[in-house]
Amino acid sequence: MYPYLRLGPFLLQLPLLVLLVGVWISISLTEKEALRLKLPASTVSNLVFIGLITGVLGARLAYAAHHLNAYLENPLGLFSLNANSLAGLEGLLVGIVIAGFYGWRKKLPLRPVLDALAPGLAAFLVALGVSHILSGNAYGSPADLPWAINLWNEYRHPTQVYETVIAAGIFYLAYQKPFGTLGDGNNFLMVVALSCMARIFLEAFRGDSLIWPGSFRAAQVISIIILAISLYGRSIWARTNSNGTEKG
Amino acid sequence: MVAVLSLAIGWTFLSRFPETAMNAGDPPASPRQGFKAPDFTLELLGGGEVTLSQLQGQPVVLNLWASWCLPCRAEMPAIERVYQSYKDRGLVILGVNTTVQDNEAKAAFFVQEYGLTFPIPLDRDGSVSARYALGGLPTTFFIDREGIIRSVILGGPMSEAVIRSKVEDLMDEAP
Repeated sequence: MYPYLRLGPFLLQLPLLVLLVGVWISISLTEKEALRLKLPASTVSNLVFIGLITGVLGARLAYAAHHLNAYLENPLGLFSLNANSLAGLEGLLVGIVIAGFYGWRKKLPLRPVLDALAPGLAAFLVALGVSHILSGNAYGSPADLPWAINLWNEYRHPTQVYETVIAAGIFYLAYQKPFGTLGDGNNFLMVVALSCMARIFLEAFRGDSLIWPGSFRAAQVISIIILAISLYGRSIWARTNSNGTEKG
Repeated sequence: MVAVLSLAIGWTFLSRFPETAMNAGDPPASPRQGFKAPDFTLELLGGGEVTLSQLQGQPVVLNLWASWCLPCRAEMPAIERVYQSYKDRGLVILGVNTTVQDNEAKAAFFVQEYGLTFPIPLDRDGSVSARYALGGLPTTFFIDREGIIRSVILGGPMSEAVIRSKVEDLMDEAP
């Protein structure tokens, strides 16, 4: 695992660099897909940018709210470049809500826009897997297997590799669209559903799971809920057109 | 849809975290979040020595630094202020000087220059730097009362708010 690149006095963290490259590729793919779906590409890419920026701001503000005394005493700490002081879940929610509001204000059609986001989202999940390979995060449980890797002083499942390979497969499906009709929202829901199924499967091999009462792995339980919503959404959207009318 | 969800629920049930693993005791020692902090004994600047495992029961901030490192210089006053705020509540800060790539006299001057009052262990042979897989300076480990690393900050300078927030998380955990 090579988490950083030393450039003189600077430490360039490679996992973060890979994520940034992933964001750039995702936005490029989203713009390309938006053009194909005859959507205003610049408005759709603005939606992604606004979601990302407000997501990061929301994550920092939420972290500061959790540690109010520390930040009231040192408010300039809000502008620190430290990635360790972000509240990820809150940031994700803020980014989605603000991006959704922007899309609503700009009267962007929901289902085609979601489909425009699908290949980019799938590409970002591949980048996330690669960043995990580089950082050693999302590591596997101890394993006695021929392909186990020695990581953090134990032989473990190479869950980062599993994750990246499966994400690459999902990206292939999202890009080639063998199942979805163009612009009906199903391609996006397929990416979400397949990603949830991958997480449910792979979480069993992870060594860093958050455990909930009953010994259940939190990520699996949350993924089941999102999977159910996306499958239900697919079944509804398969019967209706983008404008809400019944199909043929 | 029902079949997929049934499979997912079945797999989730089958792959519940094993009870044996939950009661398996401490995680192995490794320099990353969620693992036991690798133990060491080092001599202190000014005399005496410190053993990390003997500090179990107290939250520990382990900061690896060198006198020539500019971000280390930038963050050290904030670390000292945080130490002054929390030392009476049991916080231990170890400012491990990576003497193997520094100079003991320069380290002593640095400590005097910044008025540091927390212990300064000297990593003369680089063994602690190696055990903590040190790749860049400064690097800071926030270790809880059980000796588990709760957060790692690679690079710097850390803002005082970040240091305080991480320390508050450690202090909030029940002794």
